[in-house]
Amino acid sequence: MTPKTNHTNQFIKDLPKNFFSGFVVSLIALPLGLGLAIASDAPPISGIIAAIVGGTVVALLGGSNVTITGPGNGLVIVLLGAITTLGAGDLYQGYLFTLAAIVISGILMLLLGFLKMGRLADFFPASAIEGMLAAIGWGIFAKQFHIMIGHNNEHGSIVKLLVQIPNGLLDLFQHATTEELVASGIGFLSLLIMIFYSKIRNPYFQLIPAPMWILILSIGFSYSFGWLNLPFPMDSSYLINIPENVLSNLAFPDFSKILQKEFIVSVFAITLIASIESLLSIKAVDKLDSQSRRSNVNKDLKALGLATSLSGLVGGLNVVTVIARSSVNVNNGATNRSANFFHASFLVIFILLFQDQLKRIPLAALAAILVYTGYKLATPKTFRKIAKIGKEQIVIFLTTLIVTLFTNLITGITVGILATLVIHMFINKSAFLFLTNIFKPNVLLFQEHEEKSYYISVKYFCSFLNFYKLKNKLDAVPEDQNVIVDFSMCSFVDHTVMEGLENYLDTFAKKGGSIELIGLDKHSTDSKHPFAIRKILPMETLRPIEKYFTRRQTNLRDTAAEYGWSYQAKKSTKTYFLSNFIFFKSREIGYLYNRLFDEKENCNVFDVEFTEGAFVAKEVVKTTVMHIALPKQLPIFSLDREGLLERIYKLAGFKDIPIENYPDFNRRFFLSGEKTVEIQNLFHNELIIFLESNPYYHIESNGHSLFILKKERLLSVQEIKAMIYFGQQLQKLLKYSLQD
Amino acid sequence: MNSLRIIHYIGASSDKKASLNKPFKTVLFGFAFSPTLKTNVLETSRIAHFFGAKLLLLHVGEKTEEKERQIHEILSYVEHKDLEISIEWKVGSPDEVLVNACQNSGIDLLILGALQHENLYQFYVGSIARKLTRNVCCSVLLLIRPSEERVPCKHVVVNGLEDEDTPFAISNAFYVSHALGAKQLTIVEEIRQREVAVSIEDDKSLKKATIAKERLKNREDSRIRKVLKSIPEEFFKNLKIKTQSIFGERGYSIGHYAEVVRADLLVMNAPKKSGILDRIFPHDIEYILSDLPTDLLIVRKKN
Repeated sequence: MTPKTNHTNQFIKDLPKNFFSGFVVSLIALPLGLGLAIASDAPPISGIIAAIVGGTVVALLGGSNVTITGPGNGLVIVLLGAITTLGAGDLYQGYLFTLAAIVISGILMLLLGFLKMGRLADFFPASAIEGMLAAIGWGIFAKQFHIMIGHNNEHGSIVKLLVQIPNGLLDLFQHATTEELVASGIGFLSLLIMIFYSKIRNPYFQLIPAPMWILILSIGFSYSFGWLNLPFPMDSSYLINIPENVLSNLAFPDFSKILQKEFIVSVFAITLIASIESLLSIKAVDKLDSQSRRSNVNKDLKALGLATSLSGLVGGLNVVTVIARSSVNVNNGATNRSANFFHASFLVIFILLFQDQLKRIPLAALAAILVYTGYKLATPKTFRKIAKIGKEQIVIFLTTLIVTLFTNLITGITVGILATLVIHMFINKSAFLFLTNIFKPNVLLFQEHEEKSYYISVKYFCSFLNFYKLKNKLDAVPEDQNVIVDFSMCSFVDHTVMEGLENYLDTFAKKGGSIELIGLDKHSTDSKHPFAIRKILPMETLRPIEKYFTRRQTNLRDTAAEYGWSYQAKKSTKTYFLSNFIFFKSREIGYLYNRLFDEKENCNVFDVEFTEGAFVAKEVVKTTVMHIALPKQLPIFSLDREGLLERIYKLAGFKDIPIENYPDFNRRFFLSGEKTVEIQNLFHNELIIFLESNPYYHIESNGHSLFILKKERLLSVQEIKAMIYFGQQLQKLLKYSLQD
Repeated sequence: MNSLRIIHYIGASSDKKASLNKPFKTVLFGFAFSPTLKTNVLETSRIAHFFGAKLLLLHVGEKTEEKERQIHEILSYVEHKDLEISIEWKVGSPDEVLVNACQNSGIDLLILGALQHENLYQFYVGSIARKLTRNVCCSVLLLIRPSEERVPCKHVVVNGLEDEDTPFAISNAFYVSHALGAKQLTIVEEIRQREVAVSIEDDKSLKKATIAKERLKNREDSRIRKVLKSIPEEFFKNLKIKTQSIFGERGYSIGHYAEVVRADLLVMNAPKKSGILDRIFPHDIEYILSDLPTDLLIVRKKN
């Protein structure tokens, strides 16, 4: 059987699952599509067209697996702006101009895809993006709140609309018409359904998503008047407007403003926001995918661009990848792109079969759905979450949010980026660090020889400006491998990077690999949050390091608990017990920290900082070592891989000691010491076989204790575990031979 | 066969005994009267001694009695008394004088003191050391940390990139490791993303790229093995040889690697060309020069 038919079989087998999830998604996509279009001041049907075209094109040509495409939240504010400014008062004409802008932005997205600009979203600081999303949320909330309470004709900037909310509520209680009261009644009820839907844990009730419940109930409400022979209390201005025959009433773009500045700005804004929203959503959905597949973002970007252009040509809005609908898709068991296609097909069926019913949907019901969506983008929780990461993040977030609210998205995100840059320079008290090193390739990747694990070293600084370089390297490592990312030569790591790495950590863990960050222990932070900015401080020695745990330190603490050992992060200068090892004869020990110890067996594993050389040739080295105290005296010896540290042992008067009958051991290891016979006796068969069959460690004895060293760098927690195992086995074997 | 091998190794020498083959017979050090003069002279004399070379000290500036007394006092501290040292005094612009001296006095190795991190101004204007590195006709050794007392050189890193000059650089690295008594020599093969030729976009392309990389690694390893065959066997004694593939920007990442493994000396091919564009878009050796991780030996074939 060839793999090809295998795939086809699997595809057919999975079809029912995808059919079902496509259906469920279409139940949400219908109200959201109508709602998002209305929120953009475009005809309601345009949102559905975007979902249908998007679902079909991206399902056929896309590069992702379980994403759903259609009209997006983020675009609402941009499209609304475009329709208002381009139409100059005439909303329908503005919509036609905007369609032209959508067509062109689709072409631009297609180009971005061909230029492999799937990296685009990486250049935005995480907090600035959060701020932008919050601003979009507030924008949707501000406008839709008024519609939800029956005030259909409120216009103005986001801030103005927000300020008017209390007045609107007051107005509703004081002199509202019957129609407004009915509309606001439906609105508030719908909002309650949205809020309390997730609290009702009834499997039958949960079969239909909340937005669909709202549609069903409000349509039913409308029909009930017919059955009771009563006049419906709302006229058509409170209901959504769908053309009699959708197919013969398509709108077509008007390209006559194509060279005007406003038009070009709109195209640029639409492309930027659509690309960012899509790219972020694709990444987020990849994390949800039960098969942890990696999406081809460039291919998806091309498909989205094509879909957007086609959608614009027949009167639809932008097509972007949407996170909320995609997650519903995953939750309902979707496994491939056919779900997206089914979602589009169901929408076609709904539009063709239920035209009459759809026309009975009150605007207030849809507005309530959007009010809830908008609120979700900017909950107080979002603020708390960001404030926890650090003071500077909340400054970036608020700057972006406020500037976006008062101006527009493009200005907002630009100011957010600049604010981040200035804050980074301020924190480091240096613009130099960034200016001189920004274009330097600062990431090195290589595969270590013995363990086959990947080692990545990062230099200078790592922030949103150059995170893509680190990402490029990480992307090139298969996720089932072990990776060590060393930041010890990097003086500044920002929040965007820490958060981005966290995503990689998850992906690698999911696929059986691992990523460990080392070298961050000496970086100071402003908060205890794992994503907080880390930077090396000149005065860091004055600070207690256990105050701000790195992930590695947390893992070390957990490891200690696992082994029943104790853990101490604190720096200790009591290092005299190390100084009589030959290894440290020419090295000056500063302090040790991150100590794991086992009282019972007298085992210690810790990071130690020492200096080599002096004055100009001085080098500070941090490394992880193990120290084992032995109950009995044993000869002083050192076991090294052939020749590496030979010189200093020669100086100490050591000589090479061969072990008889073990030529291989003699070839691979350099065993030296003064008391030849005693050492030869110590190295019995089992010990030699143990050493030959295990990874290499440098081992030294000072007469009553052992010192084990793997590499002259800090070890990852996994490596530490391996070292502890090695040390314990060695201790057992040596105890055994000492008893003889 | 044997003689062929030797000729390959040092290029121009006709000496038959491999151990006596000295690629660096005359070493030039341009000195200035700075606080680090003593350290610099002691370090260079030590290096000249290890290479079994003549040391030529050149000062660009007026010869005065005071200066002469000073330099002779320093020379009295030199440990290796049998070292042949001559001093010259010349007037002119430092870089021109040194370039001409290399050309005219048959210099094999020019030793320069360098700043470890160049600042922005120097980077664009070009310090003397950088200018010299580009313009001289012989090999150049840039010292970042000269020391009065000997700091042993333990680990040498050499580039192994695919280039006609690489075998020469590697053989020189072997010679230097041998002469300085280094314990380990790492030959670094830089594999560029471009060579992998698969852009990683999803799981499938990642798999392809990983296989392509493995293949490249093997190809590079076998290429290096071929180069190693031409190295005299005695140079392998007491020396641990390792090859390492790294992924990064060519020319730059090897410096980063040397820093990560805390090498003592980095050996590289001489840069091919260097125009104004290369200065604006620095590449290859430019990166390393702007941010020296270790002592750096730039190997250049003498014409």
